[in-house]
Amino acid sequence: MKREKIYVLLLVIIMVLSLTACSSGAEGPDLKVTKAWGRPSAMMKGNGAVYMLIENKGSQDDQLVGASSNVADAVEVHETSMADGVMKMKHIMGIDLPAGETVELKSGGYHIMLIGINEKFEVGSTITVTLSFEKSDDITLEVEIREE
Amino acid sequence: MSAAETNLPKKTLGWPKLLAALVILAILLAGIPLLVKRLQPHQFSGMLLQSPDKAADFTLMSHDQQEVSLSDFRGKVVAIYFGYVSCPDICPVTLANLRLARNLLGEQGNDVQVLMITVDPERDTPEIMAEFIAHFDPTFIGLSGDLNQTAEIAIQYGVYFEKQETSSVLGYLVDHTATVMVIDPDGYLRLVIPFGTTGKEMAADLKYILEH
Repeated sequence: MKREKIYVLLLVIIMVLSLTACSSGAEGPDLKVTKAWGRPSAMMKGNGAVYMLIENKGSQDDQLVGASSNVADAVEVHETSMADGVMKMKHIMGIDLPAGETVELKSGGYHIMLIGINEKFEVGSTITVTLSFEKSDDITLEVEIREE
Repeated sequence: MSAAETNLPKKTLGWPKLLAALVILAILLAGIPLLVKRLQPHQFSGMLLQSPDKAADFTLMSHDQQEVSLSDFRGKVVAIYFGYVSCPDICPVTLANLRLARNLLGEQGNDVQVLMITVDPERDTPEIMAEFIAHFDPTFIGLSGDLNQTAEIAIQYGVYFEKQETSSVLGYLVDHTATVMVIDPDGYLRLVIPFGTTGKEMAADLKYILEH
């Protein structure tokens, strides 16, 4: 009898533990990408820039760690900054996406840089870009090419 | 006095006259804001300069492989931008705004010459500049020189640029001053337009320089 009680108690503990494990799994980052657009490219074999809003509606921070596209030799995350009228652009390893916040990729700030594009980005066309994150699954976007 | 007054035939203001007076009054009132706007000095988006000396002349190779000097454009307003072709974020914005400004000026736009001087002459050959410039406006002229020449001109215009080695597959990137320098028809540096100025604001500033 006593042994049975212990078994029941153990079972309850296991159930509770597994439940909390499940709920903590759902408490990850929850990313939503909107307003993705790309600038028309000047060159046949040049570079392109893509901008967007990334909202993290989850309860855990995440990080954009990279991107890829079938229309470019390489895709990198870059950051432009302005100081005293001087434009500085640098290659960065990632963009922090804090829980509950929206990060804007925009001209003069963060952007996804497509290097060695293999088609000219014309206004009205779309390109496909896949974003990779530290925790969340990859997100593939249809990016509209337009003037700002 | 009173005798003269009584001698005058009694005149009442007829409806048509009253109406005409009201219309004139309305037109005058409507004109006030317009007049005030006209009398107000132009609010510059760029920084206005009073240079005692003419802007330093230079001669560089154009994208169609002609020698081009700043002094070739006396009589026109010249907008000079230092940038480079691999720059996908800032340079296209400024050049697109300059194109818009020129278009907004209509006929007057023909008196504005945009020159882009590359700060990356190692990669931006005249051929590459030609393709880049054509995307924006066929009237723009892309200019390149060797690094020393470019550095010398940049210093004279207070423009900073420096190659930065990066982990990007591009190799190096170039930090550079992203302002537009405006030279008036007499060859004086008159205006420095900061990054972030819209095409419309640029057009208003250029119009003022063209007309004053």
